[in-house]
Amino acid sequence: MLGHETVIEIKNLEKHFYLSREKNNSLKQKIIHIFKSKDRGVDTYRALRGVTFKVNKGEFFGVVGRNGCGKSTLLKILAGIYQPTRGSVEVKGKLVPFIELGVGFNPELTGRENVYLNGALLGFSKKEIDDRYNKIVSFAELEEFMDQRLKNYSSGMKVRLAFSVAVQADADILLLDEVLAVGDADFQKKCFNYFNDLKDLNKTIVFVTHSMGLVKQYCDKAILIEDGKITHRGHPDEVSDEYTRLFIKQEDMNKNRNNINRFGEGGASIRSISTHTNKDKIKLDISIKSDKISSDSIVIGIDILDKNRKLVGGVESFNIDGGGMISLKPSETRVFSFEFDNIFGSGDYSVNISLKSENNQNIYDFWKGASKFVNLNKRDYDNYFPIVLPARITNIKKG
Amino acid sequence: MNIVKKLEQLKKKYRYSFILIRELVITEFKLRYQGSVLGYLWSLLKPLFLFIILYFVFVYFLKIGAGIPHWPVSMLLGIVLWNFFAEITNGGLKSIVSRGGLIRNINFPKYIIIISSSISASINLFFNLIVVFVFTLINGVNLSTAMFLLPVFIFEILLFGIGISFILSAMYVKFRDIQYIWEIIMQGLFYASATLFPLSKVLNAHHTIGQLMLLNPVAQALQDARRVFISPDLPNLYTLNNNPLVSFIPILIVFIVFVFGSWYFRKKSPYFAENV
Repeated sequence: MLGHETVIEIKNLEKHFYLSREKNNSLKQKIIHIFKSKDRGVDTYRALRGVTFKVNKGEFFGVVGRNGCGKSTLLKILAGIYQPTRGSVEVKGKLVPFIELGVGFNPELTGRENVYLNGALLGFSKKEIDDRYNKIVSFAELEEFMDQRLKNYSSGMKVRLAFSVAVQADADILLLDEVLAVGDADFQKKCFNYFNDLKDLNKTIVFVTHSMGLVKQYCDKAILIEDGKITHRGHPDEVSDEYTRLFIKQEDMNKNRNNINRFGEGGASIRSISTHTNKDKIKLDISIKSDKISSDSIVIGIDILDKNRKLVGGVESFNIDGGGMISLKPSETRVFSFEFDNIFGSGDYSVNISLKSENNQNIYDFWKGASKFVNLNKRDYDNYFPIVLPARITNIKKG
Repeated sequence: MNIVKKLEQLKKKYRYSFILIRELVITEFKLRYQGSVLGYLWSLLKPLFLFIILYFVFVYFLKIGAGIPHWPVSMLLGIVLWNFFAEITNGGLKSIVSRGGLIRNINFPKYIIIISSSISASINLFFNLIVVFVFTLINGVNLSTAMFLLPVFIFEILLFGIGISFILSAMYVKFRDIQYIWEIIMQGLFYASATLFPLSKVLNAHHTIGQLMLLNPVAQALQDARRVFISPDLPNLYTLNNNPLVSFIPILIVFIVFVFGSWYFRKKSPYFAENV
């Protein structure tokens, strides 16, 4: 049975960094500090504070968290780059990290030479690269550039070359940082295909990302890290919702600080939005609150904009199924859930939410970019259309 | 059977290191003369011109080493070996820091960096020795079978250099002053190794100081290399003392520095990634 053998086990992992308050790497300061032994001018930064988890064989394991929460530190400890301050880390099997693409790339060397150098870092002998060379080059689609120096490559070409070498790595466990998913749409598709292949091959993958779409789509399990601690673990959907909630809290706190994306005359206000996206449906939970006086006939408006901030669709709460005018008692908070078919193409979308009166005369609260969602890897042609019409075709005439 | 198995295991264990060292050495060699018209030829031209300059300054004008047979080639051999030692240690000192990007992104045995840069220095030494050899022939030196001992002393310098590089490179990660301190030490060691002048000059002027100088492994290796390669009559620790124990001191120093360096480097290397 797959999925029951533990391949990564981390117990009470702590990682502390000692940061000098002043630049402390000259001998003079070291000598001074011998005499001032009380104050060494060092702050301890606790990047990871007691992290415990297990990853089973064949799992696609997501690690999410905000910038600076400690997830990269965790990845580097798993990769053996950093040493744990306390706690234990056990890894069974060959682990290959992709923390940065093209490690060791040298701009003065040709593409070919860099393939061998980068390959050596991943543990390939010259002969092994010889055998794979043609495959690497054709995957990168760089046939005619291999004898050019790397400094003449565009950044996209570099990434392609690096990725093509990296996918050759024959590992039991892969550590993927989301750096893998950079590049143009075409390249991203290759990355996602690679992820799917890995899943099919039952490789164990630890995946660090900010993209909740990717977590929901690929991961079997996920953890959310906040300030060096795991605050949520379990099903990727729940974990990514928790992650999204983190930002809503943050946005809530920021909302009154002369936010140009937020205006309105007051009376009622948007408290929070959470977005749930899957292949078929999009659900928006919108929490609204009235001020001290009661509010009648509020309309919630939803605008959906594509990545160029062009309006592609929308809806208002009064003219839909189950809709109508909303009335709130003083200081009442209510949550409304909107659900509609996911007819959007692949890409990033942002959502504007407005609370207004029936005929748009009063705008109580308008929140530009209140939420966003990412539609991933639906079908190829979806890249082109902001909205894919839910159409049907019928053969009306035989022959 | 058991030994074969052990060897297989050893091969597997060091396979990655071997692959990586090989690639790093090739890369360094390729990059060394990249963009220059004459390319690798410079590896031969550099020692050639160095010799011509040194010959004119020290032998022709200053007349240092007059009366010592084949002093010009002897001096050249000394300079070439000194440069070998300097290249290993100066390169080694900065090697860990200069590969910081690599260390921060992938885990690999860090000693590979030191070993590969010392192998690069050895390749350079090989080219230099070709030039020395040509001058040895031109100069009419009577080569003896003792010249085959030369690699032994080169190896001694190599081990000493690697041991020092282990210590310096690991310290340089945290204390950048080391590079200036090492520069000063190298200035002193250069003269304490009797590279530009014959050791007999010092011995004649101040016998004890001359002997103390020979306790320095670089001076001893240089002097012995000159003995086996060019003039067997040159004094060394053994001919001066007749005491094999004293002759053993420089070798003991090399051994201690190497063992301590390896230990220190091994202890510090897991923390390079976060400090570099």
